[in-house]
Formats: sequence, C-alpha cells, structure tokens
Amino acid sequence: MRRLLTSTEGRLTIVLVIVCAILALASDQFLTLANFSNLLAASAVNLIFAVGLVVVLIAGGIDISFAVAASVVQYLTVFALQAVGGGNWAFGFFFAGIIGIGLGAINAALIYYFRIISIVVTIATFNAFFGLLMFFTGGKYIYDLPDWWTHRIVFFEVKTPSGWAELTLPGAVMIVAALATWVLINRTTTGRQLYAYGDNPEGARREGISVGAMTFIAFCWMGMMAGIAGLMQVNFVKEVVPNALLGRELDVLAAVVLGGARLGGGRGSVLGCVLGVLLVAIIQNGLNLLGVSPYAFKMVVGAFILFAISTSNISFRNLLGGAAGGRRA
Amino acid sequence: MTGADRDAAGTGVAAPAVSFARVSKAFGGVRALSDVSFEVLPGEVHCIAGENGSGKSTLIKIITGVYQPDPGAEMSYFGRRVDSVTPAVARGLGINVIWQDLALFPQMTVAENIAFGDILGSRPRLVHRRQMRAKAERVLDRLGVSLDLDARLNTLSIAERQIVAICRTLVGDARLVFMDEPTASLTHSETQSLLAIVRKLSADGVSIVFVSHRLAEVLAISSRVTVLRDGRKVGVYDTEGMTQSRLTELMTGKTFDAEVISGDRSAERAVLEVSGLCRAGEYEDIDLTIRAGEVVGLTGLIGAGRTELGLSLFGMTRPERGAVRLNGEPVSFRSNRDAIAAGVAYVSEDRLTLGLVQPQSIADNVVLPVLGKIVNGLDLISTGKKNDLVSRWIRELNVKVGRPEDPVSTLSGGNQQRIVLAKWLATEPKLLILDSPTVGVDVGARAGLFAIVRQLAAEGLAILLISDEVPEVYFNADRIIHMAGGRFIASYDPRALSLAAVEKAVYA
Repeated sequence: MRRLLTSTEGRLTIVLVIVCAILALASDQFLTLANFSNLLAASAVNLIFAVGLVVVLIAGGIDISFAVAASVVQYLTVFALQAVGGGNWAFGFFFAGIIGIGLGAINAALIYYFRIISIVVTIATFNAFFGLLMFFTGGKYIYDLPDWWTHRIVFFEVKTPSGWAELTLPGAVMIVAALATWVLINRTTTGRQLYAYGDNPEGARREGISVGAMTFIAFCWMGMMAGIAGLMQVNFVKEVVPNALLGRELDVLAAVVLGGARLGGGRGSVLGCVLGVLLVAIIQNGLNLLGVSPYAFKMVVGAFILFAISTSNISFRNLLGGAAGGRRA
Repeated sequence: MTGADRDAAGTGVAAPAVSFARVSKAFGGVRALSDVSFEVLPGEVHCIAGENGSGKSTLIKIITGVYQPDPGAEMSYFGRRVDSVTPAVARGLGINVIWQDLALFPQMTVAENIAFGDILGSRPRLVHRRQMRAKAERVLDRLGVSLDLDARLNTLSIAERQIVAICRTLVGDARLVFMDEPTASLTHSETQSLLAIVRKLSADGVSIVFVSHRLAEVLAISSRVTVLRDGRKVGVYDTEGMTQSRLTELMTGKTFDAEVISGDRSAERAVLEVSGLCRAGEYEDIDLTIRAGEVVGLTGLIGAGRTELGLSLFGMTRPERGAVRLNGEPVSFRSNRDAIAAGVAYVSEDRLTLGLVQPQSIADNVVLPVLGKIVNGLDLISTGKKNDLVSRWIRELNVKVGRPEDPVSTLSGGNQQRIVLAKWLATEPKLLILDSPTVGVDVGARAGLFAIVRQLAAEGLAILLISDEVPEVYFNADRIIHMAGGRFIASYDPRALSLAAVEKAVYA
C-alpha cells in the first residue's frame, strides 16, 4: 500500500482513476467499452514508441529523432516492399524492424564512437532524417500501398450498445511490444545492465559492463520500436505522409516522463509508459467528448506534467538528502 | 580456510594473503613507489598509512592488478607466486577493493546491488531474482546485519551503503578486501558498527586492508600498520603501543606537538550571543556566547543537532524561538544572504559538493560570495580588483596553487579546504562557523589548517568549530560544548580535563 502511494506508477494510477471517474460523470459516452477500444487503437502507435524510448531513458540517454526516423522507415519500407513485389506482413515487419534498427545504430554509433551526448546527436539526426526525407520525396504522399498493409485486421470484437469494441492489429502489436520490453528490462541480465549503466555509468564500467553494448542495445531497441510503430501508423491511417509523425517525439517523451522515467537514467518502467500514454490519451479523449477546444489539450497535458513532477518532489528530496545530507549531525 | 592456504613448508603458519617485495612504479619520470614491500596475513586487519601522494593508492592498484609494477617486483597471493596480474585475475583470487566513491547503483535495490555479479556478463540471460535475494540475504546474515532487500539504495544512509558495498565483495568470496577511506563520511556511531563488521570478517579469516586518514581508527582496528612516505616504505609497525602522534611523525617526517591552546577569553567583547534558541526536532534551549578571538568547539554524536544549529546561525533555517545578537545588535536572518551581509561565514562539512564549484577556477570560487565588492563604477566585475583579492587570500592562507585560473578540482583536499576558507574570509566575517573542516584532509594539512584557524582567532574572529572528532576540538578550541539530543548538555575546559576524559564523556 505504501509503495502504491510512494511510487510514480502508484500515484499515476490514482490520478488516472480520478480522471476517469470525473470524465465518466461528465460524459455518458466515456465509460463505454467502445470508447476504450478506440482509445487503445489511437494510443497504440504512441505506446510502441514509448516502450522504445523508455529503454533509452533508462540507459541514461535521450532520443529526439525516433518519430521522424519512423517516417523514414515508412518510405524505405515502401520501396523495399516494391523491390520484393509487394510482400506480406512478415516482409513488412522484417523491413520496418531492420531499417529502424539501422537508424538507431546510426545514433548509437555517433554517440559511442564520437563521444557526443545523445541529445545533441539525436537533434542532429532528427534534422538530418527529416531533411533527407523531404528532399528525396519532395514531400509527396504515398496512397498506393499494398492491400495487406492498409487492411484492417480485427482479432476480436464484441457489439456493445455504444458501438463495436474490438482489438485490431496495432493494439495487438502494442501489447506484444510492451510485453517484450518488459521482459527485456526486468527479466534479462542485459536489461538490468541497462538500468545499472544509466544509474551509475562509471560504476557500471568498472564492473565490466560494456558501454558500447549498452548504447547500441538501447538505441537499436528504440529504432526497432520506431520502425514497428511506423508500420502500424500506416495500417491505422492508410497513407504515408512525410510529416505525419513530426512533433510526436515530444508527446511521447512527455508521456514517458509522466510515467516516471528519469532523464538522468536508471529509472523508468513499462507500466509507467502505459499509464503515461493512457493518461495523455484519456485527457485528450475526455476533452474531445466534452467539446473542449483541441488547443486546450496541450495546456492541460502541460499542467499534468508539472503537477506530476512537483508532487514527486518528496522522493526527489530524499534523493538529494541521500547524497548531501547523509551525515547531518 | 583450506589446506592449500597453509604454508607448503608445513610450519603450520598460513601463507600471507599477499606478499609483495621490491615493488616500484614510475609514471613518466615520477617515481610513485620505490622498492616497497608489503605483506598482509590471513584474517589480519592491516592499515596503510601515509599522506596524499605517499603512494597508497598506487600500491593498492598494483595489488589489485589495475597497474603493472615496474620489472623486478616479486608478487605472491596466498602463497602462490604470480608474474603479472590483471583486475580479473585479482578478483578471481578473492582480492577486492571498495573504492571511496563506492560505485554502487542508487536507483537499484539492495539485493541487486549486493548480488550485482549475477547480472553481469555479455551474453543475455534471464534474471533470477529469488536467487539474487537469497545470495544477498546469506551475506547480510553472515554479517549479522538486516537491511530491506527491496529498498532502493538511495533511501539508505551512507553507512548502510558501505555495508552494501562490503556485502558485494563477500558475494564473490572475497579473501582480501581493501577499504579506501571507508569511514570518511560516517559519524562516530556508524563508524563503530562498521568496525564491528570488520572485526567479524577478520575473525572469519578475511584479510582487511584499511586506508584511512583517521588515525584513532587506524590504531583501534588494525593490528599492524605499513607507513608510506613519498613512495617509500617507512616501516611496518604493530599498532599495540603506537600513539597517534608517533604515527603522524612517521607519516610526515615532522613532529607536531598537539598541545592544548585553550585560553580564557571571558574578558573579550561578545560577538555572538544566542539565548533560548529553539527549532522543533533539531535543537532546543540553546544559550551560547562566542567572544572575539574565541574558538568554541561543538561536538556530539549523530543527531545531536550540531549542523542544524550551525545552519540556523547562518540563516539557512529559521529558529522558531529565541534571540540572536551579533556584535550586540539583535539579528533575524531571513536567508543566508542576510547572514553573510551581517558578517557570518559558514564552511560546510561537505566541501566537495556544497563548498566549491568544482569545475570553476580557483579565482572564481574565491570571489563568489563577494562579487558585489569587486565591481567597478559600471557595476561590472573589475579584473584588477578580482586579481588583488584572490592573490591576497592565496598568499595569506598559503595555498599551493599553480595558477588562479586552474579549476578547483585540480587541488588536493587540504588546499581545497583552504580555498573554501579563503572564499569565506574574503567576506570579512565576524563569526566563522567551521563544520567538520578536516573530513578527507591529510594529517599534515590539518595541522596547517588549524594553524590558520588560530591565526584568525588571534586577529579577533569568533569561531565555532563543529566536529565529531573530540581530539580536534580538544586541541584547537578554547572550550568544548557537548551537544546531545538537540541540547547543550555539558561544557568542558581542555585545561582542566584530559583528552581521554572528554572522549569518554562524549563517546560513552
């Protein structure tokens, strides 16, 4: 019970429940299965991004470039699929994953071999990726996509009085991505090394953890998730638009930080990502249902982040106290 | 202990854990170690004593395989001759080091920090949490300590973190543990429990090598001490019968006469007068007068409220009741800016993080609290005034600096402490509060530091010296106040009582 109140995830759950309760009272459409299935589908892409990003944050890095990298993956995947004559889902996942990993490896290589901090590298690659994409595509949209890619796949559906509730492909992929990330960071030695490296890089290095391996694993995992998120986003919107994902990086970063990941490294969880992404999505959804202007949405999210960070100040103070005030006498 | 550890000659005496002879090491043209021999017996608590730069850490790094010695050295571990050692080989032999900065992982749990070896390795495996917890629990049981295995490390005290660091070495079956300044940031009672653990390990047959600046501890805990000076071995001595002053002499090659300097200042003008000062949970009913030229020593155990009182006098926290007068004027500080303006200076106990801006230059650090005094007519910083001020204080405090433009982080502990002092003296204070000023400072440098403190007092400064090392206040203060549970419980006159009597009263 104490952990529920003291951990970021616990507090976020409480906030989420309160927000849901308020919205359920304010709008009779909110608390319906159909609305939740919509929410889930709309959050899928962001959550796939989020579980990739949280791995980078845990390892003490940051990535600004992943959303435009996902757009690059979309275009390159289209060309790759044309080259193999249309392909299928297996090809799609393979190309999107591999190209995403490749773009992540570019970030990792710049960070590791040139010893540049990740925020600088990824701001640079953010610009480079987006510039190259716009330059070579001329900003052209692509509607002529393989049928399998844009076809809606429904795994499970029920009819409810307020409409269909269903689990579609992006939702299912989101669940797999979240589970895979959870296993990686909680249940494998590699994942625990990522935490240790983000927490105390020098200590980790002295214990024999490879800095290069940590950098590449974190950014390639992010890249793979970005590629898959790009693939799913096309399935959802049925077109490839070069600037469709531009700006998404900050929304996802906000959600992940809201979910308790620390920009200094060593902290963050899949549950936190899920709660952070859901909270942002639910606020947006709720405000929509209430007929509030979409411009108010960012304002409210900003307020929530400030609120979340300042209420976690108590643990922040412990952190400082542990380092500086340990010897008060 | 297994049979293999026994001396092959069958004398029944166990082979030394390490035995090194003719160890030399030069870096470039500088000789860090010349022809040093070193031996630790199984289960022995051994101490390496020496000032900074005497070669202590070079020796440790050679034994643990971080550095290779120059050719000609003879090295053996547990009776086996070894030609060259790498860190991995040393660790495989059961040789471990706990570095001063601990290298722990603050966001991870106690269990993970202790059984950290389980998550190492480049090939990914599944983590066995239960197994890690069991390992951690076994080691904690062995030491007779209980800690919450699931607590994040950053919720633990520094002393508990030390224990976690020790436990980590024991998981790997350590047979020789080096501890670099393990008690530097511990209070007296925490130190006592750490020393109890060291004794337990020693009884288990684990050898411990201590490096500490606190000579009283060195003598209390270790059975032998190897003294190094300028990269050479001065000798190996039994601690039985050794005194602190003799050890200091061996380390520095100079004699320091620790003598009581206490004097009666009751005729002087009162600089600080405090009456009935209270702050709930920190200190209560504090009455204190410090006169011009007087050094008042404030000592006591953990939680006594010494630092808290110091912080209130410096305006960092506000007392709830009571009155403070400075030079006869009633004062009430809203912040430490008010206190600085009124003539109070505070040298914090945590010099490295709170006292100095490490990456900035020596000069910039010195002028930081007095920026207002070195501006020209346009309110911009005047380089000339700044340089005058900096060179004056560097001269007065005899700081050994290369250039004032060098970063503070390039200075030794003792010189850094002088820069902190210089910085606060530049504010021309009337009352100087020194909070544990010698933490991490060499014996030789301490003497120099206190010589400065006495000089300042002679010039009429009122000084409050906070320390948990009784000898420090005994030899450097005019009178000693003993604080416990937030109250002043006794006052001692160094002229009337012996050091042992005061130590007994405070540490009992």
